Amino acid sequence: MSDTTREDALKPEVVRQMRSEARKRYFQDSYTLWKRNPITMVGTIVIALLILIAFIAPLLATHDPFNQVLADRLHAPSAAHWFGTDNLGRDIYSRVVHGSRLTLMIAILVAVISGPIGLVVGVLSGYLGGWVDEVLMRISDVFLAFPKLILAVAFAAALGAGLENAIIAISIANWPGYARMVRAETLAVRNSDYIQAIRVLGAGRLRIMIGHITPMCMSTLIVRVSFDMGAIILIAAGLGFLGLGAQPPSPEWGLMVSDGRDYLVDQWWVSTLPGIAILIVVLGFNLIGDGIRDILDPHQRQS
Amino acid sequence: MNGSMNQRPLLEVDDLAVRFYTLRGTVHALEDVSFKLGQGESVGLVGETGCGKSLTARAILRIISPPGKIIRGHIRFEDKQLLELSEKEIRDIRGNQISMIMQEPKMSLNPSMRVGKQVAETLMIHDRSLGKRAAMAQALDMLNAVSIPDPGHMSKRFPHELSGGMAQRIMIAMMLVTRPKLLIADEPTSALDVTIQAQIIDLINGLIEDIGSSVLMISHDLGVVAETCDRVIVMYAGSVAESGLVEEVMENPQHPYTQGLLRTLPDAIDPGQPLYSIKGTVPNLLEEPLGCRFAPRCPQAMDRCFRQKPPVFDVGPGHQVACFLHETSSPQASASSGPSAGLEV
Repeated sequence: MSDTTREDALKPEVVRQMRSEARKRYFQDSYTLWKRNPITMVGTIVIALLILIAFIAPLLATHDPFNQVLADRLHAPSAAHWFGTDNLGRDIYSRVVHGSRLTLMIAILVAVISGPIGLVVGVLSGYLGGWVDEVLMRISDVFLAFPKLILAVAFAAALGAGLENAIIAISIANWPGYARMVRAETLAVRNSDYIQAIRVLGAGRLRIMIGHITPMCMSTLIVRVSFDMGAIILIAAGLGFLGLGAQPPSPEWGLMVSDGRDYLVDQWWVSTLPGIAILIVVLGFNLIGDGIRDILDPHQRQS
Repeated sequence: MNGSMNQRPLLEVDDLAVRFYTLRGTVHALEDVSFKLGQGESVGLVGETGCGKSLTARAILRIISPPGKIIRGHIRFEDKQLLELSEKEIRDIRGNQISMIMQEPKMSLNPSMRVGKQVAETLMIHDRSLGKRAAMAQALDMLNAVSIPDPGHMSKRFPHELSGGMAQRIMIAMMLVTRPKLLIADEPTSALDVTIQAQIIDLINGLIEDIGSSVLMISHDLGVVAETCDRVIVMYAGSVAESGLVEEVMENPQHPYTQGLLRTLPDAIDPGQPLYSIKGTVPNLLEEPLGCRFAPRCPQAMDRCFRQKPPVFDVGPGHQVACFLHETSSPQASASSGPSAGLEV
């Protein structure tokens, strides 16, 4: 890099060029870190496929997922119906493909709702301490006292069955874990030298919390949320199975497993194939989490 | 010296006391700390580890966190009583009028933020109307002033990509970019390589002169203080033992502790001699201070030293000593501790 003077450094084209170089380097390093870990690669491929399938579901589906052909009910997998048909004669393959959209939507919405709630509660609790901490943590203790699934079932039942309510219920059950973790992270960071330094510079509490504590909690939170994606999908499927989540005729995987219960012995595919879809996706999310941590950790990039 | 003695001092610390309320009892970390710092003056604060140098600095900025508490004293800066200001008012002073360079430069920079932005942030904290671009421009100027090569490029780096010396330069830039009236340098070189120490000290001195700030230089390195400061304050176990002009104190130390401290320096004239050390250890600050804190280690201690706290005596122009050995030399200079002030709580 040649000597960049102040005037040069402020020229928009120079700034733009430096930014794009830095970005390029960032992605190169990320790629190297990703390649280093084959398990993450598998996870990423699975999730990438899920996203792809969700996007082009109508192209991949061979049938209308809602179309009932009662004459063709409970057909075994064949060339015409790759995954067979269910008790109402709907093509299971097409339903699984369309169900990927629901699964992805649930996972993303729950993450987007409960992650930020946990972040705000955790940072406030950890940085302000005192009675704020006490109140927020006792509230989250109440939530943590119940297993997540039980809590989600209770909230879903109270809010009424339906996909939106299921998403809200899962989010409510989910945030206290994040709040706890973010609080711990905040406590570790709040007494560090650089927080002292920024206080010495006259920064207020809000600036410290937003500008200096929150970014430090982000990578842990993102890793934790990505680890949790699998569990979120499982709970959503569980709610669907219990009739508290997505409602018929929606092609939600948990609901489809539930539909096949009565035919499990003779027509195994009705339940099993959506179940395998759940298995693969949950596994994919679980495998990806570890790699995300490596990629987000700036210290990994030094060498 | 800039004639600093004639004007009203910039900073005046009077009878400062800080205690830590711990499970094992009350730690009397600072007792009766009083000193003045004139406009444009640089004052060294020396003493061994744990004697309260950094704590004094933190008390000035009011960043002592529980269980520590300032229980007594006044700190006047210009015409403001710092200990009486609201949290918001003291925030306006921190980083803007009084800045502090920390010991560990690499730990004192936010690891997740580009260093240029951190320098710019200091400006933006104190001037909300300042835009990002304008702040960045000033920050780059400042990086240039602290001799960072290629500021445009370096400002985009993260702290872990910098060497200790570079990180300290960034830190100095952060602290001086607002042109504060008082800079507290808390052992700015102790975490650095010996080869870089001199550069950093020179850099600080140069910038200070440009800006016209006063400096409170905290150090356990008497050499650094001798080189850079006008006056020196020697602390022992949470109290001021001696203060005066650097040459005066170095060449003619009056307090037995200062005398001992100066003897511990390796002697260039007489190599091969074993190093001198002051006998005994620093007192346990959990005990109620009764008498002179240095008495148990003092070769010239008298009976009363263990019972009474020595007041401050003038032994020369601007040279003050808290020791009974100088009782005859002059009337008291300090109003805070009378002759029988040993037991105040």
